[in-house]
Amino acid sequence: MKYMSEYRDPELAKQYLKEIKNTVTQDWKIMEVCGGQTHTLVKNGIIDMLPKEVEMIHGPGCPVCVTPLHLIDKAIYLALEEKVILCSFGDMLRVPGAEKSLLEAKAEGGDIRILYSPLEAVKIAESNPDKEVVFFAVGFETTAPANALSVIHAHRKNLKNYSILASHVLVPPAIENVMEDPDSHIDGFLAAGHVCTIMGNLEYYPLVEKYKVPIVVTGFEPLDILQGILMVVRQLEAKKAEVENQYVRIVREEGNLEAQKMIYDVFEITDRLWRGMEVIPMSGYKVKDKYADFDATIKFKVHIPEAEENQDCIAGEIMKGIKKPVQCPEFGKKCKPTNPLGAPMVSSEGACAAYFHYSGLVEA
Amino acid sequence: MSENNFVKMKLSCPMPKLDFDVITLGHGSGGVLTNQLLDSGVFDLLSNEILDERSDGAHIEMNGKLAFSTDSFIVSPIFFPGGNIGELAVNGTVNDIAMCGATPKYLSLSFIIEEGLKMTEFWDILISIKYACEKAGVSVVTGDTKVVEKGKGDKIFINTTGIGLIHPQANISEKNIAIGDKIILSGNLASHGMAIMSVREGLEFESEIRSDTTNLNHLTIGLIENFGNEIHHLTDPTRGGVATVLKEIAVASKIGVELKQTLLPIDNQVEGACELLGLDPLYVANEGLFLSFVSPAIADDFLLQLRNDVNGFNAAIIGEVVADHPKQVILESSIGGKRVISMLPGEQLPRIC
Repeated sequence: MKYMSEYRDPELAKQYLKEIKNTVTQDWKIMEVCGGQTHTLVKNGIIDMLPKEVEMIHGPGCPVCVTPLHLIDKAIYLALEEKVILCSFGDMLRVPGAEKSLLEAKAEGGDIRILYSPLEAVKIAESNPDKEVVFFAVGFETTAPANALSVIHAHRKNLKNYSILASHVLVPPAIENVMEDPDSHIDGFLAAGHVCTIMGNLEYYPLVEKYKVPIVVTGFEPLDILQGILMVVRQLEAKKAEVENQYVRIVREEGNLEAQKMIYDVFEITDRLWRGMEVIPMSGYKVKDKYADFDATIKFKVHIPEAEENQDCIAGEIMKGIKKPVQCPEFGKKCKPTNPLGAPMVSSEGACAAYFHYSGLVEA
Repeated sequence: MSENNFVKMKLSCPMPKLDFDVITLGHGSGGVLTNQLLDSGVFDLLSNEILDERSDGAHIEMNGKLAFSTDSFIVSPIFFPGGNIGELAVNGTVNDIAMCGATPKYLSLSFIIEEGLKMTEFWDILISIKYACEKAGVSVVTGDTKVVEKGKGDKIFINTTGIGLIHPQANISEKNIAIGDKIILSGNLASHGMAIMSVREGLEFESEIRSDTTNLNHLTIGLIENFGNEIHHLTDPTRGGVATVLKEIAVASKIGVELKQTLLPIDNQVEGACELLGLDPLYVANEGLFLSFVSPAIADDFLLQLRNDVNGFNAAIIGEVVADHPKQVILESSIGGKRVISMLPGEQLPRIC
């Protein structure tokens, strides 16, 4: 697979690992913010290949994991309405709400469809004029332009039966939240390359300034990650704290301006609750008033009690790198991928689920 | 089956003129309509001495050790690149019998049809069944047709049960797997699952990916004749893919399995589609594929013979059975790292990013 296999070359990987080993002189905690990078680390067995001084902390960048419980319950409620077709990205379906998941709602007869692109949902709305089509628009800045575009399309087509249940979250406020926590001791960050493809790197300069941590915008292939780690380690060893771009083949300093235009046309920044963490100020997108007709939270008045997270779950400490999943008393016991107590066990990109699979635990 | 073969079969078996276009509840009632449907050509199409007797059950005679297997087939959409549910239903059971080291001989065939299925679609499915049976050398000797109300099925469900004679030289069992055994995959992985995925509503993508559905019985018998009990175990990694099957075997047999990512045979387009959707090909379903555990002494010759077959020319040794880490399947990634392969908590779902 050209343009992919080049970034999985074992010889180059060895050289990067050697270079990291030669550079590092003390212990460093590096957080990869994005779940996609966690996935690469785990899938390729990179964690065990790194020198013991370099400890990777899996951050809060799994959109599936951090989508708040009450929004999942709302999606489930809507999915079970007879008139509604609920469309979603695939991996949201298994995430448990207070009582059930979307997969279970599907089994109960909810019309729930797995899509790859929100524009498909607009098509479904067009061909089902007697139904209400709701797209569960989750994700970081990466998926925001496509979700915004679906609203713009629906608006242009004058569709009255399309809306999105938006639960967008933003990376920079999450990094800030981690750094503000006195118990969290992260020395450097790999920022999410795909997010920066859209948003550019500019938002990260104030963060390195304020917290004196290196932030390296990094891609998702094994060699990208290894190079990103090396760049962070080099900065740390040289006592530098700068924004660097490892993912230069994709990410431009200013990002994708066209995509940003779409985002800001449809969305505005708002406070957002992160599942397993807390309400982080100005950390998400909501649909602007001018598109209120396409905002499922306004269109459908859903009044369901707000469920509480399981008190045994220490997701917040895990996602800030304060504790490791194995330090949680319920890890692998009460809490498993088939019965997750909280956010990081729900998706394969969540830190706990990644650890669970990685450690080869078998569900009885 | 290739489009060419399908067209040839259709030309040689044209659909008879019928006074109905769609299948309705009455066609499953056991009355006049049922007889009309079956006599419209179903019996003629699948005709053989035993079926033609039209007894309540098939009268058959077989001597020796038998293999017996059943499977139900539900797939959406029912027509997909590279095949349809009819062919799948025959090949699936034929292959389960083949994995026992047996030659499949007779099949039962049951349809559960959702009313409203177009007769032309049903006919196309029947033609594929006939084709797959002829190719595998099996006969449908008994069957059943039921029709359910609209909304209570998904166009058509098929169950097949098969029976076959185990080859005298075959000794296939998980229990025979030994430390040092080579694990051989007979072809490219993940083609079937990705072919289905490429035509699912909402996920459609343009590709030439085709299901690998085919019968494997001639190939496996040829291997058994040459290598006998040096072949320790055979299994087809259908649902759950190669990873799930290997993990199941590792746990049940308390063996360790080591795989190498770089040895896994996979088609470029399939690999690309998996990357795009965030799916791991090791967990994607296969149909015309099997895993062999063989003694290391014969592994190379076994592989050579496999590769000489049309259903095995992409075959590869993908790993081996080890004494270390019993019950664990460990994959060495393309960059040399190691990870544990476990079972998924459910169906693999496309990822967001």
